[in-house]
Amino acid sequence: MARRVLPGFGLSLGYAIAYLGLIVLLPLAALALKAAGLGFSGLWAAVTTPRVFAALKLSFGAAVLSAFINAGVGLLIAWVLVRYRFPGKRLFDALVDLPFALPTAVAGIALTALYAPNGWLGRWLEPLGLKVAFTQTGVLVAMVFVGFPFVVRTLQPVLETLDRDLEEAAESLGATRVQTFLRVLFPLLLPALLTGFALALARAVGEYGSVIFIAGNKPFESEIMPLLIVQQLEQYKYGEAAAIGVVMLGISFAILLGIGLLQRWSRRWAER
Amino acid sequence: MNEIVLSRRPSKARVSWHAVLIAFAVTFLVLFLVLPLAAVFVEALRKGVGAYTAALAHSEALASIRLTLLVAAISVPLNTVFGLAAAWAMTRFDFRGKAWLGAFIDLPFSVSPVVSGLIYVLLFGAQGWFGPWLAEHDIKLIFAVPGLVLATVFVTLPFVARELIPLMQAQGSEEEEAARTLGATGWQMFFRVTLPNVKWALLYGVLLCNARAMGEFGAVSVVSGHIRGLTNTMPLHVEILYNEYDYVGAFAVASILALLALVTLAVKTFLEWRYGAELAARAPRGH
Repeated sequence: MARRVLPGFGLSLGYAIAYLGLIVLLPLAALALKAAGLGFSGLWAAVTTPRVFAALKLSFGAAVLSAFINAGVGLLIAWVLVRYRFPGKRLFDALVDLPFALPTAVAGIALTALYAPNGWLGRWLEPLGLKVAFTQTGVLVAMVFVGFPFVVRTLQPVLETLDRDLEEAAESLGATRVQTFLRVLFPLLLPALLTGFALALARAVGEYGSVIFIAGNKPFESEIMPLLIVQQLEQYKYGEAAAIGVVMLGISFAILLGIGLLQRWSRRWAER
Repeated sequence: MNEIVLSRRPSKARVSWHAVLIAFAVTFLVLFLVLPLAAVFVEALRKGVGAYTAALAHSEALASIRLTLLVAAISVPLNTVFGLAAAWAMTRFDFRGKAWLGAFIDLPFSVSPVVSGLIYVLLFGAQGWFGPWLAEHDIKLIFAVPGLVLATVFVTLPFVARELIPLMQAQGSEEEEAARTLGATGWQMFFRVTLPNVKWALLYGVLLCNARAMGEFGAVSVVSGHIRGLTNTMPLHVEILYNEYDYVGAFAVASILALLALVTLAVKTFLEWRYGAELAARAPRGH
């Protein structure tokens, strides 16, 4: 085999595995072991307190809701950026990545400043009865902020390669625009849309920096799961922190598995 | 003539439909991207340029800037070397468990930042697995700079590898095999063929890795201990000032981080525009 001509197999693979083992696998194993040290009943007790349960409900609920919003908004933005021309389009296209590039703490205090009762947006929303900062809605706003680029960036390449003849054919055969979208375009976009949804969901579930400033962090109301880990650590309750960490890791792995299955499915979808 | 009028009608309706969609998209982007960015700079300059520069010249702010630069200067090169090694092994050889290796490389992106910090506290913290041993030998990793570096290395680990793997896969190994058959040593081949072939993708990965390394908050927050002037990176310093209601100070430091994000986006957009073909075969990116 010609491949044997190339050197460095042992060195590069050995280095990569040793590095991954030390940086990623060993620490994650420590987390699992620490949680296991509590025993099943201890683990169960640590993650089923009303406070943890409320945080779990908020973290997961707001993340799912934000992922749905992002799927809708992201689809629309990707569509507009790929299909239409308007002044400033390139600038907006580049700016879509801002939530990836902007440190989360900066995003957090900026969003809080905007939506606080005396902020640029808050002062208009408050009289309408819509409180955003220091409520669960604030958590949702921060999660939408960090998540929407995922949907836009997974949809854009698919939209760019989409054959416009399909749409024209559908319309010349008498389909309305809504029918064309729902019956022709949407099925083609669905795998990428679901992948974007899952990526945005995964990011939102674990998000910390941009959420904690705007959330207000009221127990039982606007505390997210990562914050509870930080609180347990501050009280040196390592076991409890590890237990919550394992639950979060489990949720991440489930979403990761979902993304993997989606990608396999979409490859098959594309081959049809 | 009638026909022309008829065929014009839907196109007019279509234009207004476009306008509505464009207006909605632009409104969302302005509300969610432009306004937060503008808010950072407006809040930072609220009490004038003098207060802004004074906030940045504060010794704790300067210490946080130095620490952020130090942490990035250690973690980015580490992950760059790892990215090159992993991409070389993954794209030039076949071996069992390759898919697993790829999955493990991506893993840090799926872990909550707080969990990324937590795992190192559990290993090296006072009550962690190696805590007693470290205390005995008077080595401090957690609530000290090494902990910050470890947490940063963890969260930024995939960036470089992720850019290189799809590109090197697409490029294939013919040129490297040719170099070897012509008598190049392994390192000659690496520096004269492999590295030049991937240089723009490498720079792209390093750029994203660096942006995240300098901006990471959740993971370093857990391992830092928030010791002023000693273990506060810029994002952590922003948090402390903000919680003390020193808004000008918090937004002043935040404005430096926002500028870093803007420069990152500008260079990234330039690389995509100028060297798009050489960066091709990228997977959809995130984080």
